[in-house]
Amino acid sequence: MPDWFRRNTKNIQTYSKRDTKEGMWHSCPSCRAVIYQTVLKDNFFVCHECSFHFRITSDAYINLLIDNNDYQEFSKNIVSSNPLNFTIPKDYSSQIQETINKTNKNSAITTVKGKINNIEVILGVMDFSFIGGSMGSVVGEKISRAIIKAEEENLPLIIITSSGGARMQEGAYSLMQLAKTSSKLARFSEKGGLYIVLLTDPTTGGISASIGMLGDIILAEPNALICFAGPRVIKQTIGQDLPKGFQTSEFLLKKGFIDNIVERKKIKETITSLIKVLKKR
Amino acid sequence: MNDYILDFELPLKKIEEQIDELKKTSYRTGIDVASSIEALEKELLLKKKDIYGTLTRWQKLQLARHPARPYSSDYIRLIVDSWYELHGDRKFSDDSAIICGIGKINSNSVAIIAQEKGRGTKEKLKRNFGMTRPEGYRKALRVMKLAEKFNIPILTLIDTPGAYPGIGAEERGQAEAIARNIFEMSSLKVPIISIVIGEGASGGALAIGVCDKLFCMENTWFSVISPEGCASILFRDPAESKKAADAMKVSSEDLLDMGIADLLIKEPLGGANNNYKDAAKSLKIAFLSALDELSELNSETLIYNRIAKYDKMGHWLDCNE
Ligand SMILES: [Zn+2]
Repeated sequence: MPDWFRRNTKNIQTYSKRDTKEGMWHSCPSCRAVIYQTVLKDNFFVCHECSFHFRITSDAYINLLIDNNDYQEFSKNIVSSNPLNFTIPKDYSSQIQETINKTNKNSAITTVKGKINNIEVILGVMDFSFIGGSMGSVVGEKISRAIIKAEEENLPLIIITSSGGARMQEGAYSLMQLAKTSSKLARFSEKGGLYIVLLTDPTTGGISASIGMLGDIILAEPNALICFAGPRVIKQTIGQDLPKGFQTSEFLLKKGFIDNIVERKKIKETITSLIKVLKKR
Repeated sequence: MNDYILDFELPLKKIEEQIDELKKTSYRTGIDVASSIEALEKELLLKKKDIYGTLTRWQKLQLARHPARPYSSDYIRLIVDSWYELHGDRKFSDDSAIICGIGKINSNSVAIIAQEKGRGTKEKLKRNFGMTRPEGYRKALRVMKLAEKFNIPILTLIDTPGAYPGIGAEERGQAEAIARNIFEMSSLKVPIISIVIGEGASGGALAIGVCDKLFCMENTWFSVISPEGCASILFRDPAESKKAADAMKVSSEDLLDMGIADLLIKEPLGGANNNYKDAAKSLKIAFLSALDELSELNSETLIYNRIAKYDKMGHWLDCNE
């Protein structure tokens, strides 16, 4: 489940961040516009010039969606245990600890219960900054628990994905998380549960090949990289350049694999109205 | 032995050559060499037991990829009493990288879904080296649904270096096809038995591998990514594949230890490539006995157990809650 660690110049760009006496500013990786942090924040971290969607944290999405940012987080204290004793080239246990310290998160997904425009939901949001948002046992278990909670409390389930795929450091256990989560979704669906997924940049490998493509409704942010095999792997296999816009949200919409593309500022109202129609409130 | 010799098999080849030489000499000169040959054959057997009894993960993986290894088409031919292949996904095309069909095994109706690598250049190209495209997964799902409708158990044979990473495959929704199969297979109402017969790489293998019982032939590997893929990403050096294989614990025995595989099917001495018939016989016995066991269960229990099985997979630390 390929190539998330390498930045793909077309889709994943680094951008400069600088502190000046006027305040922190960013330059847009897409159009190079210089944007002050406060302006960017007011615009949901979307470039006002070209609509480029900057990557944001799970906290930012939760804040964006949940009324008054008032929610209860659950399964917060599950952390990776290094089940294969994976130590080379880097000790996985230390990597986890370093990432926890750096991100202030215990895992690559945060799961909460809260209200969206007064509708109670279960929401899971992945963090790409946590080892590429990769899914190992912990992410699998947390998604699994979120599905069970949504099922038990008869609430809509919303997951926002950003992930390079399955976590190699947990080998076949990681692969099995695809089955663990998808089988729970099957049962949830069978019982009439509503599952809406929002794909953000990037959603690849084991996440797109499981929970990412299994929503009753599948939405995506603009210009997100969404694929099974990453562009680098495909390029290597076929030995030629990929068509422009390949594997973007817009490409998937055209090919019939997502329901729609939603700008960040419209995520909340879109999800709200979808739930209202489907769950007849 | 086959013409294709792996480096760790070289000592065996040496003894075999000695035996050949003796036989030739005897033929030419009329000298009786029976006792010398007997001694060498004894030595050969001991050496074989020694070498194949202590294979490293990387050596097992080499056997899993052995060009003379039995492929799905060989196993199918050797285990079925009757067989009818079914083609196409009814949507786009027929993917030859995966063989689907129905038939009888010891008077049991079965549907078989099997990844096929193909032997020889022409066949390999036709089979796309066993790399399934979305239409292959969709064909598999179509046939599995057919099996469900007529209450026929499903046997899947896993042997793939991975789902095909190509432009067309992505365009036609490789991720969706894999996700859909995993989702649907988890609640199919009939028994599903999956057997890794060679390579089981990532979602491309799991897309036909969600099951009630997972068996691994002895010399196989199954993991989230190939050791080469892991090496080039984590180690940033494809030459570190052996280390990656060890680090990810990819062998059949590892899968058994991890509680992911339910059974390891012994292969003939020297690997399945040395004796297709015996390998197929062992596979067939394992399949039939699992089928016996699973046939006792009603579909609700079957699905409940299947979901519960995957629920237990993985390890984590729960610091309170
Ligand atoms: Zn811009």
